Amino acid sequence: MTLVVEGLGISSLVRDVSFTVGKNERVGLIGESGSGKSLTALSIMGLLPDELGATGSVKLNGRELLGAPERELSRLRGNEMSMVFQEPMTALNPSMRVGRQVAEPMSIHGTRRDHKQAAVELLESVGLPSETARAYPHQLSGGQRQRVVLAMALANDPALLICDEPTTALDVTVQALVLELILSGTQWRETSLLFISHDLAVVASVCERVLVMLDGEIVEAGDTLDVLTAPKHEYTQRLLELSV
Amino acid sequence: MQTRTRRNTSVIVGAVLVGLVVLAALVSFFWTPHDPVKVNAAVRLLGPTGDHVFGTDKFGRDVASQIMVGARTTLYVGVVAVGIAAVIGTPLGILAGMSNRWLGEFVMRVNDLVLAFPALLLAIMFGAVYGASTLTAMVAIGIATVPSFARIARSGTLQVMSTEYVLAARSSGRSRPNIALRHVLPNISGLLIVQASVSFAIAVLAEAALSFLGFGTRPPTPSWGRMLQESQELLTVQPRLALVPGIAIALAVLGFNLLGDGLRDRFDPRLAVRK
Amino acid sequence: MSPLIEVRDLERRYARRNVHALRGVSFDVEAGQRFGIVGESGSGKSTLVRLLAGLDQPTAGSVTFRGRRIDGVAERKLKFLRSELQIVFQDPMGSLDPRMRVREIICEPLGRVDRGRVAELLDAVGLPADAGERYPHQFSGGQRQRISIARALAPRPAVLVADEPVSALDVSVRRQILDLLADLVDRFELTMVFVSHDLGVVRQVCDTVAVMRRGEIVELGAVDQVYDQPQHAYTRELIAAAPSLQAALAKLRSPN
Repeated sequence: MTLVVEGLGISSLVRDVSFTVGKNERVGLIGESGSGKSLTALSIMGLLPDELGATGSVKLNGRELLGAPERELSRLRGNEMSMVFQEPMTALNPSMRVGRQVAEPMSIHGTRRDHKQAAVELLESVGLPSETARAYPHQLSGGQRQRVVLAMALANDPALLICDEPTTALDVTVQALVLELILSGTQWRETSLLFISHDLAVVASVCERVLVMLDGEIVEAGDTLDVLTAPKHEYTQRLLELSV
Repeated sequence: MQTRTRRNTSVIVGAVLVGLVVLAALVSFFWTPHDPVKVNAAVRLLGPTGDHVFGTDKFGRDVASQIMVGARTTLYVGVVAVGIAAVIGTPLGILAGMSNRWLGEFVMRVNDLVLAFPALLLAIMFGAVYGASTLTAMVAIGIATVPSFARIARSGTLQVMSTEYVLAARSSGRSRPNIALRHVLPNISGLLIVQASVSFAIAVLAEAALSFLGFGTRPPTPSWGRMLQESQELLTVQPRLALVPGIAIALAVLGFNLLGDGLRDRFDPRLAVRK
Repeated sequence: MSPLIEVRDLERRYARRNVHALRGVSFDVEAGQRFGIVGESGSGKSTLVRLLAGLDQPTAGSVTFRGRRIDGVAERKLKFLRSELQIVFQDPMGSLDPRMRVREIICEPLGRVDRGRVAELLDAVGLPADAGERYPHQFSGGQRQRISIARALAPRPAVLVADEPVSALDVSVRRQILDLLADLVDRFELTMVFVSHDLGVVRQVCDTVAVMRRGEIVELGAVDQVYDQPQHAYTRELIAAAPSLQAALAKLRSPN
């Protein structure tokens, strides 16, 4: 198991959440605002705001993350585990060229010597021409920026990739492309994927298993097909009704 | 909730500190331990004693009494200078923020001119024409502080004008002046309060410099700033003479800052206690 | 009957950024229609909303409301429009002044607080009577949109322009707000212009739809027709790209 979450609690906002993500497995976390899905993701990355404390256990490849010192966590972030957030417009440093930003995870963690070349390769792997490396974020569209962020997240072949509503802020004609890139990017690297979204159709097209969160708890879990064709919990049923 | 307690503490501590200053100033109108301006060579440079709580200065004047009377100057200067700056600077900034580009830019460039003009020179000019006093110093500092208020008012206004609720107000038929009053002013008040506390500190210190140069409160009227400047030459021998007015200034400034922060939070309905 | 709103060759260019937000758009909105406008980012739909409401001036073309021109008219002379056309905005938090009480917000188009009207409107949008005393931050996203809708209805307008009214809301709340809008449009016999990037939502609520792309209308027609038999390549692309739960589940059922 790449990720094992047991009895995760965050203040009263997330209660007794437990799930696993296996190697090269794609698990979806479905929920609306207030469900605790984003907090769950942040607690795995160790990025919870200071006032919120997390209890329980979160293990990445057997290593306990909750309560681990910041130094250890920062060595893991961008390396063993990384995250793609919802908002592409603010995810990149506006005053740094794209190529440099993509190279950062590699230069920080010392994983590749030739990071400039590696950055160009990564950009090409997400369908962006090599000239993109010299561009600034504001010169790119939302979809392009999200692809850059994805390239950065996958730069060091992480064991776990967490995506929090990665396509929600994108135009619908661009969403399919980015989803496809997330899928292919994680599959050949055998990266485990935790995919958070409120959109059932998107989750269904990406994930093998899903968890449904409501008010801080997991109310249903199982194979995507089972949960979305024969839901047991009424909240899941309601979400399904609203999706057609 | 933790933040609420912290906020309440800010307001209380701020209010207490400011209250002390105000109290000292008020009481000084009726009574001070000694006559603050009376020179008495016999008791020069005394350390703290029962009779002189903070000791005496190089002229034998009681430091405690000077502090009390000096509190008046501090309050006058801080309040009047900030008052002038706010009353002139805020409408200017709002106007600049709501006007079309050219007018807005023009106002800000005039603003920059004033900003570049040294407050000191202004005070000297006023002093020369009207005779230097606390009043000329306050007015000069006030005018010199207008640009800071204008800038912050303008930047806040620009932000508010770009919100959707102002768009909604326009589509509701509200006129521009009305929007400035009902939407802009309340939403930039937080910024202005914080600016006021910062400017207060600067005003007090500016008065100190002016007093020293003879363009502010004229001796022998006590002023914390001047006490501070006068203590410089005896710093190694009698550091107390610098510490006492210095701490008084620091506490007054801190008090206004805390009070300002607390008030800003109090007036934000988003942070108000939920019923 | 001449159309309620007539738009002819409307253009909006931003000289400084050399951006052509609208490149010559023409259409009519008849009284009682539920006119949908679908477009992605950069399509010009938000610019169009502002031009329809007289909150911006076009660089060319005309907008006519009940036969009167709106373009080229100073904002203070548009009072006649303000009482007839109101907007419901996208961002439930940003469109309400956080420092105003709900009753003041709702009555803003009226110019003064009318408690009776506030009570009527709160009831019409399904909010409790004491909501008027409170501040926006004390409400959920869906409730804030109801407040927005109440404000838009206050001057008894003839036209409601909804600019992505449910995009910022949770899925489970969207249906409620859409139903509310449909119900109010019926009840008060309003004309509605509904702007969105979401095809599915527009289909639920509108009878006519205009598809916009890069400042132009590429297709316009009855909703069912446009969706079932799209003529333009872009419309087909939009429809195809919309994530479909059915399609995704079908793929899962027969893995290849």
